[in-house]
Amino acid sequence: MSKHLYNKAIKETEREADADVLVIGGGPSGAWAAITAAAKGARVILVDKGYCGTSGATAPSGTGVWYINPTPEEQEAAMKSREAMGGYLADRKWMLSVLNRTFSNVNLLDSWGYPFPLNDSGGKHRKSLQGPEYMRLMRKQVKKAGVTIWDHSPALELLKDEHGIGGAAGVVSATGNQWVVKAGAVIIASGGCAFLSKALGCNVLTGDGYLLAAEAGASLSGMEFSNAYAIAPVFSSVTKTAFYTWASFYHEDGTIVEGAGSQKGRSVIARTLQTEPVYARLDKTNEDMQKWMRKAQPNFFLPFDRLGINPFTDKFPITLRLEGTVRGTGGIHILNEKCETAIPGLYAAGDAATRQLICGGFTGGGSHNAAWAMSSGSFAGEAAGEYALNLGQNAAHRNVTGISSTPFTSKTDKNHQNNQVVKEVIKDVQAEVTPFEINLFRNVKNLKPSLQRLDSIWNDIRSGKLADVSNRVKARESAAMTATARWMYSSALERKETRGMHKRTDYKEQNPDFHYRLLTGGLDHICTRPEQNLLHREGVKG
Amino acid sequence: MIELISESKCISCGLCVSVCPTNVFEQKKGEVPVISRKDDCQTCFMCEVYCPVDAMYVSPNIEEEVIDENQIVQSGIMGSYRKELGWGKGRSSSAALDASYKMFRLMSKLPGH
Ligand SMILES: Cc1cc2nc3c(=O)[nH]c(=O)nc-3n(C[C@H](O)[C@H](O)[C@H](O)COP(=O)(O)OP(=O)(O)OC[C@H]3O[C@@H](n4cnc5c(N)ncnc54)[C@H](O)[C@@H]3O)c2cc1C
Repeated sequence: MSKHLYNKAIKETEREADADVLVIGGGPSGAWAAITAAAKGARVILVDKGYCGTSGATAPSGTGVWYINPTPEEQEAAMKSREAMGGYLADRKWMLSVLNRTFSNVNLLDSWGYPFPLNDSGGKHRKSLQGPEYMRLMRKQVKKAGVTIWDHSPALELLKDEHGIGGAAGVVSATGNQWVVKAGAVIIASGGCAFLSKALGCNVLTGDGYLLAAEAGASLSGMEFSNAYAIAPVFSSVTKTAFYTWASFYHEDGTIVEGAGSQKGRSVIARTLQTEPVYARLDKTNEDMQKWMRKAQPNFFLPFDRLGINPFTDKFPITLRLEGTVRGTGGIHILNEKCETAIPGLYAAGDAATRQLICGGFTGGGSHNAAWAMSSGSFAGEAAGEYALNLGQNAAHRNVTGISSTPFTSKTDKNHQNNQVVKEVIKDVQAEVTPFEINLFRNVKNLKPSLQRLDSIWNDIRSGKLADVSNRVKARESAAMTATARWMYSSALERKETRGMHKRTDYKEQNPDFHYRLLTGGLDHICTRPEQNLLHREGVKG
Repeated sequence: MIELISESKCISCGLCVSVCPTNVFEQKKGEVPVISRKDDCQTCFMCEVYCPVDAMYVSPNIEEEVIDENQIVQSGIMGSYRKELGWGKGRSSSAALDASYKMFRLMSKLPGH
């Protein structure tokens, strides 16, 4: 057992490189970050656990985008529309910056050749991006910008010295060997955490970036807003939920589940699912709608077509699949519009960073996330590029060390004999975060013992439970999920009210005394505290 | 879950090995890739979309299932999603037909929006 992954003495280092900026994650936020950093003149390396272009929540799915004409009236209406749902935790200044940046980035996509559909008068509809197409284009642009891409190269550890963050180390998936990048700045764009629930594209999203940031000493913010559950057919990974707006929900005997609905009535679905199966049918559609629905989201229909189900006329069993923070809003706390963390040289963007700044405590999808990914990615890329270029010559000779908190094995046996223990940890964490009675309908009675169990899983990991696991990526993922769950429940316990997506059955009302964002952090001892009181800000109501 | 790489169709280009986000495949040089870590498949369909010769089949079922290769091949289902997306030679991207704007228009008229 050796504590850290990065070890200068190790001979098996397969790849080693210097860069100005290292981007961890190649979803939309990482891709935009890499492109904008490179445009500043920085030498950029982007590493992805999977493959930049197919990996992450956007690529297989696709996103509506918060693309709003930059007129004061339209922007005002856009900002206002979601403030109440998010529990008034968003920040208008941030929203405006994101609206403006999203507008110009989407127009850039147009100029890069993204095939936006035309409306009747020949104008373009730019409010939706098809995942595979968008991310294929982004990969092309990342390469064109001169960025070096390392696919299948998950980052497992940050490197640091007394000046701040100076790179990262990880593993080359194909060989299990180590890679090292020394960099003047690091951008964490590794997405959220969906706890390996098999929600569409989300199994690469295990909270790795949160753990990296916390080990460096950064805080997280809004981790109580982390209990997104998406509707999906029971058998399916396709957690595309928009069309369920036009669904009816049924009991086994064919009677309607009263009050069930895609948006407001999701809790009713959850309550019903606790005791019996629930079926859906998209029967509030007409023929015209059915035609364009197929064109809007071909992937929604894919599972149905393959199983011979007609979702407009047949009832099919549904479930609520956990998407955790992916369609929640919690993440790494950033200090300003440069997307800086409190640690010099460390930046965060996309789902890895908190989205409360534009969504407050609720997103559920609906275009803000995509806007956040491309905007925060760009802000972070530009700032990190400038920061790194200002470091000057000596930056390349820093004496950095690995700072992971979870021990790694130094044996890299590719057959992964001893990985049963990882499976156990994953199962144990899932048993705490998946059940509606703990994570969706929250109360102190269930959260507290759950947090205690998670703490003990964490303590075991810290004392070496996974230290002999040859699959270091999986070991690290399960540690990150454990840590994420602990920050979630610590924050959830602290917020003794109901706000945004965070629902407490023991505190059912929104309480003005809690009108602030919650910071959390720490590894063995988790510390949770209010960020700043928003109470007296103009135009903001508790 | 990924259920099939058709040996008769596969050209061993290795693209599926590269694009799979969860590293499910393993390939010996010049050979047909094998599904070596099936448990890790997240049913995202990306390998199928990228396969240039429609040699792969991802079942919509997230759990493993027994399939009949002949039946799958004959059903014409292989490559159907790639075709839907308008990917491949002689096709054009169906993103240009994306009718999501009609959905947004309807949604904005619903109560609460
Ligand atoms: C089914 C579904 C539908 C959605 N629909 C919408 C919508 O309509 N509108 C909207 O606004 N949002 C939507 N979202 C949310 C949106 O997809 C995300 O907000 C967006 O993908 C975030 O981008 P990202 O780049 O931050 O993260 P991701 O796209 O998740 O990418 C993260 C990347 O980081 C990589 N990574 C992870 N860990 C590591 C590591 N340790 N080392 C290196 N790389 C790593 C992953 O492989 C991945 O490529 C949807 C999400 C889902 C799941």
